[in-house]
Amino acid sequence: MSNVVEMTIVKAINAGLRKAMADNDKVLVFGEDVAELGGVFRVTEGLHAEFGQKRIFNSPIAEAGIVGTAVGLAMRGYRPVAEIQFDGFIFPAFNQITTQLAKLQNRSEGFMTMPVVVRVPYGGGIGAIEHHSESPEAYFAHTPGLRVISPSNPNDAYWMIQQAIKSEDPVLFFEPKRRYWQKGPVDLDNPPAGMHDAHILRNGTDVTVVAYGPMVATALQAAEIAATEGRSLEIIDIRSIAPIDYATIIESVKKTGHLIVTHEANTTVSVSSEIAARVAELAFYHLEAPVIRVGGFDVPYPAAKLEEKFLPDADRILEAVDRSLGY
Amino acid sequence: MVQLLSPEGDYGVPAQYAEYGKYVDALTEADFLQFYKEMSRMRRFDTEATALQRQGQLGLWVPAVGQEAAQIGSGHGVGKNDHIFPSYREHGVAITHDIDLMSVLKMLRGVNHGGWNPDETRFHLYAIVLGTQVIHATGYAMGVNFDGKVGTGNPEVDEAVITYFGDGATAEGEISESFLFAAINNTPQVFFCQNNQWAISSAVGTQTRVPLFERGAGFGVPGIRIDGNDVLASYAVTKKHMDDARNGAGPFMIEALTYRIGAHTTSDDPTKYRSQDEVDYWKQRDPILRLEKFLRRQGIQDSFFEQCEVENEAMADSIREQTFALGAPPIENMFQHVYSEAHPLIEEQSAWLKGYEASFGNNEGGH
Repeated sequence: MSNVVEMTIVKAINAGLRKAMADNDKVLVFGEDVAELGGVFRVTEGLHAEFGQKRIFNSPIAEAGIVGTAVGLAMRGYRPVAEIQFDGFIFPAFNQITTQLAKLQNRSEGFMTMPVVVRVPYGGGIGAIEHHSESPEAYFAHTPGLRVISPSNPNDAYWMIQQAIKSEDPVLFFEPKRRYWQKGPVDLDNPPAGMHDAHILRNGTDVTVVAYGPMVATALQAAEIAATEGRSLEIIDIRSIAPIDYATIIESVKKTGHLIVTHEANTTVSVSSEIAARVAELAFYHLEAPVIRVGGFDVPYPAAKLEEKFLPDADRILEAVDRSLGY
Repeated sequence: MVQLLSPEGDYGVPAQYAEYGKYVDALTEADFLQFYKEMSRMRRFDTEATALQRQGQLGLWVPAVGQEAAQIGSGHGVGKNDHIFPSYREHGVAITHDIDLMSVLKMLRGVNHGGWNPDETRFHLYAIVLGTQVIHATGYAMGVNFDGKVGTGNPEVDEAVITYFGDGATAEGEISESFLFAAINNTPQVFFCQNNQWAISSAVGTQTRVPLFERGAGFGVPGIRIDGNDVLASYAVTKKHMDDARNGAGPFMIEALTYRIGAHTTSDDPTKYRSQDEVDYWKQRDPILRLEKFLRRQGIQDSFFEQCEVENEAMADSIREQTFALGAPPIENMFQHVYSEAHPLIEEQSAWLKGYEASFGNNEGGH
């Protein structure tokens, strides 16, 4: 019997961080308001009381400084877990992430590694003001040297944060903020094999739908509805955006012949663009329709009263299913 | 401004800088001679590297002529347990820490991006993006604090961190953020700014309206200006504040007022933006000549200076030969150390390129 408990994604990341901090005293957690408050989403709640100021502390509101000091601490042998408070606030740190964090192992010809995790609550759907609902993952997936992952459920949240902290490479850990309070089982004894493996969450035969992070729940919802209409969707949670587990996607596409890729991020030059291109390369003769991308529109994230129309929902996925099967 | 050695080579310690004079008092003649040897080696290395660039052997050279006192002096003020975070012009500091100068030339030839071991040398990699290394140094110094290696009173245990940057870099946000993180964490750290007065073609007035040594004060990092062409001031002030940092006094800033006699890089043409009169004024304040005057007054004979020249010529011959011998790196190098483990995209693309190169046959593929 394995030890399975029910918890939210917030609690699962919290439990994963606690486990990683307890296992290795080189793990440090810092960022804006992560200490006594436990972060604006309470992801780090209770860790300050448990581990103290030397292991978890508030940083000044200076994102370049947060990531820059994380780089320096990693050089010193620490394993920093830095929180960027919201997706839209990561850009002051963009220079440190892309020109330094991502490249230092290569620049040093392997004398240094950069075991740094940058945690980023991302995505919309919470009725927030500007800069609090964005999906900037493609910028980082484009940068060699970074690993980019996003859990969609509590079990992955618990294990993937620990796997990210154990990685010798820098990991951008994107947390699906509108799913933070989604509950699910966490198997505390048996980790999933790797943080870069795609998981098939629902088997199907007609259309493959690839999603990650907050859109996985939406894709599963679409599959439920499609099933009532006699259509069988296969749902793949890729879990990792860099690298992407193409073997799992290709195997599914060979079976279904139809592929839809969905995410919240703006659609142009996005993760779905890349998957569409690669699947066309690797499974051209198996495709019975063009790959269809179902993403956010190519506009700045709209004001909250319009986000429902910006974000892809189950109906937009189902509309794409209709187009794909009708091709 | 702290000046212990006048441009005429006269040594004297103003009363208000007596604390620094004590550090010079502790030096022996052998130390002064070592300073001279390294400053003249740095100059000769620089002129040789410039020549190698002009001959097409280096893609670029970054001269540091004029900054020998600032670098050799401060480099010797750094203790054996301390850590150095350079920008990309710190060839002299590299000399003081026995970095193989070929590592620097390899980078500027385009063989690699660095590639010495920062843990072993405690001299970290050159940083090209301005100011990035300064916040790394601060993070590193926070780690020294967390390790409890500050203020124990045991010189074998305590460590401090020094970071080098120029007047141009001070405008970067990361440097202001570094002052802040350093101050609130009381890091064991010295910020060493070489104000060489030109950021490519922009005069220092483009970067600041207050003296640079005051830049840290609002963040809680006190500072002082030194004559950057005075090797004794550079040594003594750096040594004192590194000692203080190691003992728990917190961060401190040193502005070394110097002058970039040469171009920003070999791609630059300084005649387009500054006057020859200005350059000539600073040439008269040459840091190596200043130390030579001082040494001659101490009774050092021609034979010492001649011997330095012989050694420097041998060094120049050696680096020229070694540079000619540097081949191109193997193609597969570009795929290495991107990640710490095998990575599907890297493996796929590396294998593809190998096959592609092989498709041209032995005469054209690879190197």
